[in-house]
Amino acid sequence: MLARVATFAIVGLDPRLVWVEVDIRPGLPSFRIVGLAGAAVREARERVHAAVLNSGFEFPARRITANLAPANLPKVGPGFDAALAVGLLVASGQCPPEALEQRAIFGELSLSGELRPCRGGLAVAEGARRAGFGGLIVARERAGEAALVAGIRVAGVPSLRAVADLLAGGDPPPEPEPEPPVDATGDGLDLADVRGHELPLRALEIAAAGGHNLLMEGPPGSGKTMLARRLPPLMPPLTRDEAIEVTRIHGVAGVHRRGGLVGARPFRAPHHTISASGLVGGGQVPKPGEVSLAHHGVLFLDELSEFPRASLEALRQPIEDGHVTVVRSQRALLFPSRFTLVAATNPCPCGFAGSERVCHCGELELARHRRRLSGPLLDRLDLLVSVTRPTAEELQAVSRTTSDEVRGRVLEARARQRARLAGTPASCNGQMDGRLVRRLTTASVRAERALGAAYERGTLSARAYDRILRVARTIADLEERETVELEHVMQALALRQHDEDDRADAA
Amino acid sequence: MSEIRATPEPPCAACLRRSWLIARMSGHIELAWRARRPLPAVLALPDEQLIAALGGDGRARIEQAYETFAADLAIERCSAAGLVALCRCDARYPGGLNDLSDPPAVVYLLGRGAEQLWAGGEEAVALVGARRATPYGLTQARSLGRGLASAGVTVVSGMALGVDASAHAGALESAGGLTVAVLAGGADRPYPASKRALHRRIAAAGVVISEMPPGTQARRWCFPARNRIIAALACATVVVEAGERSGSLITATLAAEIGRDVGAVPGLVTSPFAAGTNGLIAEGARLVRGPQDVLEMLFGAEAPQLASARQAEQLPGDLRELLARVAGGMDTVAALTADGVGLDAALAGLAQLELQGHVRRTAGGRYATVA
Repeated sequence: MLARVATFAIVGLDPRLVWVEVDIRPGLPSFRIVGLAGAAVREARERVHAAVLNSGFEFPARRITANLAPANLPKVGPGFDAALAVGLLVASGQCPPEALEQRAIFGELSLSGELRPCRGGLAVAEGARRAGFGGLIVARERAGEAALVAGIRVAGVPSLRAVADLLAGGDPPPEPEPEPPVDATGDGLDLADVRGHELPLRALEIAAAGGHNLLMEGPPGSGKTMLARRLPPLMPPLTRDEAIEVTRIHGVAGVHRRGGLVGARPFRAPHHTISASGLVGGGQVPKPGEVSLAHHGVLFLDELSEFPRASLEALRQPIEDGHVTVVRSQRALLFPSRFTLVAATNPCPCGFAGSERVCHCGELELARHRRRLSGPLLDRLDLLVSVTRPTAEELQAVSRTTSDEVRGRVLEARARQRARLAGTPASCNGQMDGRLVRRLTTASVRAERALGAAYERGTLSARAYDRILRVARTIADLEERETVELEHVMQALALRQHDEDDRADAA
Repeated sequence: MSEIRATPEPPCAACLRRSWLIARMSGHIELAWRARRPLPAVLALPDEQLIAALGGDGRARIEQAYETFAADLAIERCSAAGLVALCRCDARYPGGLNDLSDPPAVVYLLGRGAEQLWAGGEEAVALVGARRATPYGLTQARSLGRGLASAGVTVVSGMALGVDASAHAGALESAGGLTVAVLAGGADRPYPASKRALHRRIAAAGVVISEMPPGTQARRWCFPARNRIIAALACATVVVEAGERSGSLITATLAAEIGRDVGAVPGLVTSPFAAGTNGLIAEGARLVRGPQDVLEMLFGAEAPQLASARQAEQLPGDLRELLARVAGGMDTVAALTADGVGLDAALAGLAQLELQGHVRRTAGGRYATVA
């Protein structure tokens, strides 16, 4: 007898419908799986065998062939277990076939017959709805995530036995509640806890308001990481669409542990030993990299100069295009990667240049340090701020701002930007390219004259000119001004990135 | 500046041959130098004695080549490399070099300034220091270079890593500032190679000078020999940063020996990087806190006031006050805001001062005043 069960394979971030066909016929007892199955899928034989028996069903001692169609799609991971087991039960007459018409099944089996959660619950639910299924059966732990997709009934079940009961017409389990969003203010990381650091806090506010990438420079222990962690809560809360996107990516990558909708903007801080493909995505079975895990959030690169050159070069496409293309065996996979980059670096290899302690770096070491940082990546970092260790007085002083206040200003600034940028590919000032920023920024005569003079004198390159205008635009937005005034330009200048020439001959 | 003659005389054959001989015997001189024979004594030997004293086994061959030396070939090579050769018999030969006991027979000049034939000696200051310099040393070198050049003083240095390169870079920053790089090898060969860009910039705006014929590679003895030229070209030598055993101390000693003023920029008394300069000050070298001190060293009471100091007086009151605070050590935004300056005002003010060239951003977000 032949049975057919729908399940899904995840390619990149995309769910692809896979039909599990199980055929049972007389012959020597055997169990084969065909259809470009990966290692974990071939091992499914053993799991399915044990799970079927341990759930109190019979494992037919006949010739069993399972086919995963379409046969040209590589299938990896344990998510086909449940579909294989159910197919086997239906084919051997232990489960009615009718209930499978409208349902897809996705999950891994344990030897005891429990249904275990698999990566990518949300993506699979979206695939099931798109393929026209009315229902989806997943492990109980993934039900909340899958239920975020409207228009499909998600049943979260604990075991293979429960699946069979449900298919036999048993009562469906209670509809899972998409878990309430996690506290969007980010684990209580508030600016109110920060003492001193007035200038870096301003830079964080500008970065949050305009979506600008930020470089922090400062000696070890000055608080760069502490500050960077406080950026995501300053940004506007995720919209539902954004949250769904983030949940899908995190679900597929297996970093989404809590289930339900991801509520806070992601903050990813990969160590500098990460490989280029770990950073931007890839691998034999393409997985989203850190840039995609930081989608709609913050990617924090501490010790920027320690990252291998190849990794930093690889960051250019994701920053510029907002997505990563990974090409694998004639398929191009697209991973979104629209993040705010925050990088931190010591001012010199020993870290103490410009601080109270004496820096012992030679010129060669400094030049090497600078060379590692230089290049197109720095051009993408609109803001440069120096982080100094707060003085004892500052540590005792009371903090002046809270995250709530800043977030309020950021929200208003973003609203102004959205109105101005409607109909353009950019959604915040940080995403404007040179042409857009010059077209959409009206500067006062005095501001323009000051910038023009700096440009004429060679203090600013053309690219730096655009960067400064971009940042000045955001500062003006924060102050609810439509025209960029001289003081906005001046503040942007004080927070500007070093120029390429500057870096080259600073030696 | 001396007169430019309509048709410059070619350097004389005897001087060119002497110059060639030094380069030819560079290896022999190196051996003698390593054997601790004093360099000035060696370089002061007449041609025949030099060959006899150091020639060793290769004496016969050197003598033969010496006899058959072709001056026109050497001149040709010079112009092919774009160099101007000035021999001691030339009126345009930098006069200061004659104060040396062992002046070079010929100096080779490269660069825009070479056409104007800068005579050297007057109003030139040597800024020298360690290759392995601290950011403090680099900043001081740069601001001295810039300040002096903008006051019309020629900045002489050795284009080495560290202090030397920063001094040149500072001088190049000022509009029309003249800077002279003295190389140990041929003037057409950038050394160190990593300073190729700087070499190009100096050649475009100033002069690169060397006593070695074009194409000569520098040996170790050439560096102390080069230092004597730096000392003699300038009328004062300022050591910006030097440890206890730095080569720039040799330059300072040579300068003092030929009656030039010596100054030094002080450093932390605990810093090994400043042991040499602090030692010079203890021994009586002029203490140099900035370009103005050097100008006073050169011109005494009639020292011209620095251009930027004049400009600073024309700044609006709030900016002038801010500049004074930065100069007084409140050199970070944090320090300024702690002192009651609003964050916005501090940022905007510093940016304006930076744009107008009064301050520059340095490592760690500090602002340094630009003299």
